[in-house]
Amino acid sequence: MPEMNMIQAINDALRVEMERDDRVIVMGEDIGKFGGVFRATQGLYQQFGEDRVFDTPLAEAGIIGTAIGMALYGLRPVPEIQFADYIYPAFDQIVNELSKYRYRSGGQYSCPLTIRTPYGGGVKGGHYHSQSPEAYFIHTPGLKVVVPSSPYDAKGLLISAIRDEDPVLFFEPKRIYRAVKGEVPKGEYLVPLERATLVREGDQCTVIAYGAMLHMARETVDLATKKGIRCDLIDLRTLLPFDIDTILQSVQKTGRVVIVHEAPRTCGFGAELAATIGEKALLYLEAPVLRITGFDTPFPYTLEHDYLPDAPRVLAGIEKTLNF
Amino acid sequence: MKAAVAVEDKIVRVLGEGGEVDASKDPRLSDRDLLTLYRAMLLNRMVDERMFRLQRQGRIAFYIGATGEEAAIIGAAFAMGEKDWVVPCYREFGAAYVRGFTLRDFFCQIFGNAQDLTKGRQMPVHIASSRLHVLSVSSPVGTQIPHAVGLAIAAKIRKAKEAALVFFGDGATSEGDFHVSMNFAGVFRAPCVFLCRNNQWAISVPRERQTAAPSIEIKAKAYGFEGVLVDGNDVLAIYATTKKAFEKARSGGGPTLIEAFTYRLGPHSTSDDPHAYRGEDEVELWKKKDPLIRFREYLEKRKLWHQDRETKLMQDLNEEILSTLKEVEQIPPPPPESIFEDVYAVMPWHLREQRDQLLRWLEERKKITESY
Ligand SMILES: Cc1ncc(C[n+]2csc(CCOP(=O)(O)OP(=O)(O)O)c2C)c(N)n1
Ligand SMILES: [Mg+2]
Repeated sequence: MPEMNMIQAINDALRVEMERDDRVIVMGEDIGKFGGVFRATQGLYQQFGEDRVFDTPLAEAGIIGTAIGMALYGLRPVPEIQFADYIYPAFDQIVNELSKYRYRSGGQYSCPLTIRTPYGGGVKGGHYHSQSPEAYFIHTPGLKVVVPSSPYDAKGLLISAIRDEDPVLFFEPKRIYRAVKGEVPKGEYLVPLERATLVREGDQCTVIAYGAMLHMARETVDLATKKGIRCDLIDLRTLLPFDIDTILQSVQKTGRVVIVHEAPRTCGFGAELAATIGEKALLYLEAPVLRITGFDTPFPYTLEHDYLPDAPRVLAGIEKTLNF
Repeated sequence: MKAAVAVEDKIVRVLGEGGEVDASKDPRLSDRDLLTLYRAMLLNRMVDERMFRLQRQGRIAFYIGATGEEAAIIGAAFAMGEKDWVVPCYREFGAAYVRGFTLRDFFCQIFGNAQDLTKGRQMPVHIASSRLHVLSVSSPVGTQIPHAVGLAIAAKIRKAKEAALVFFGDGATSEGDFHVSMNFAGVFRAPCVFLCRNNQWAISVPRERQTAAPSIEIKAKAYGFEGVLVDGNDVLAIYATTKKAFEKARSGGGPTLIEAFTYRLGPHSTSDDPHAYRGEDEVELWKKKDPLIRFREYLEKRKLWHQDRETKLMQDLNEEILSTLKEVEQIPPPPPESIFEDVYAVMPWHLREQRDQLLRWLEERKKITESY
């Protein structure tokens, strides 16, 4: 099996789907001849031509708005928003149009499109190349929200997203675009949406993470193991709808939960997880559900590594939960 | 280039490509002003070169330059009054500089250190100075444009003789914010000058992909005001046109859209590689139209400049850049707790709690790291 980084795996997924299905088209800023500022669409313009891979004017509302029209027509657009931080001009189109189209037309219409966008910090990107805006979209009924953490998952999940009948926001953790490598099968394969995966097994504490934070969380869980603390580590992969069964199974076993994400804490996805766990498994809990997250400030530049959750912070959280 | 042919007959130009002046349009700046302008342009060019080098050496994370666009940026800002407002995009250090933003201010911002006016919050080149009426740079393209219109409308409401100058690129004219701003400015006859640096590229996307119109300046017509096409590599033409637009704005004549027809000689930023999308021949063509060369040739014709002065000025500027850098690089980063300041005027309970948590964690981190 070839070894790929996440960018290569995403590029491969796009190519596989475009070869298989001529309704799949790719559009966005700098994604054509140039192949994208992160190289995710490299070679696609050359292989599939201008009709299926095209640069748009610099207008995110236009990109998503027209992609909706194309999806309504019967295409399978995969628009790229260059950075998640620049998705907001399209927020109206996503929240008021894309997410509600099926519902408001009584199921007559649907918009099966997949918005790919790099997100997250740790790349010296300051406010506007670092944000983790997933919660805004998880809060929007009608969307699916996916975050891969490995090249294998990135490819399999992206193919599933493109084939899904509903709109998917596909958040790509840019910090690990090239840093994480792994074996990726050739050709098509699917990683199902809405399924989490258990990355480490232990019976004392459940750690839940996704995206780039998953790798830091795994490092922390391995560190904890050395200290004699055994943790389950769940990689959520799909945030909406999230895999409640995997979470509850683990929580019923461990009774303790630490949730990790880099987005700000207040109304972050951790809040939803904690509330759901509280509602469904209160009597199994031995300690309050703990969140280790980014702070409730804009994403800073110089001090980003103090802002981002790191292994010592998560380890301290696990210990606090165990000692409750 | 197609667009270049279409615009040639109506472009405003004072300096010919060999530095010869069209006396009927000469804004007649004093010798001192001319030299101030030249010095600022050369400094900007040299700072760009140095910062690209620093980024390659890993001493700074990122940089965006103005190389090739100095005339449009500096010439326009030089035409403003002290109380007027500059609403910059990310290439406008030079505009802030001629208003009093120092090299040291700029370097502190780039290093994001404890003396950065913006406290290390933003990526390099995202400057701000309320004292100098320079708004805060934001990376999202086009978002600053309505703010300029708002400043202008406010000045009009308060009957102040102030106007606003907003910079943005050709790519930005595709964003909704551009069109909304033009419309508001027209409707309210806002004393606002829109300066579009049409440098022909938005990263890898050529100007032709932003609009099917033959020029950007003609868009003003649909919003009910005047658009002007100016040779963006001619600092005197930019100066004269901006000055006129400001005079019109202050006397109640409303907004103007200036299209500065220019070229981005360098990569989009330190993260970019233009070889992947544009030919060297095009760049070479534009290098011949370098705004610095043209202006220098004009100054030489006026006997204000010669090679010895050029050499001396470059030495002086280089010295200034290096000594400022040396000092600025020693300044420590802002303290960790500063992350939580300025989110609100008064820090609420949850941020105080998170700040205390961070400080405790940093202590623990030290201990845990030691016990690894
Ligand atoms: C809303 C938004 N979308 C995308 C980007 C990414 N981006 C940064 S600069 C740029 C091109 C801007 O081109 P232009 O407006 O012509 O300005 P120039 O860089 O040429 O000065 C793009 C696409 C962004 N910063 N903001
Ligand atoms: Mg441009």
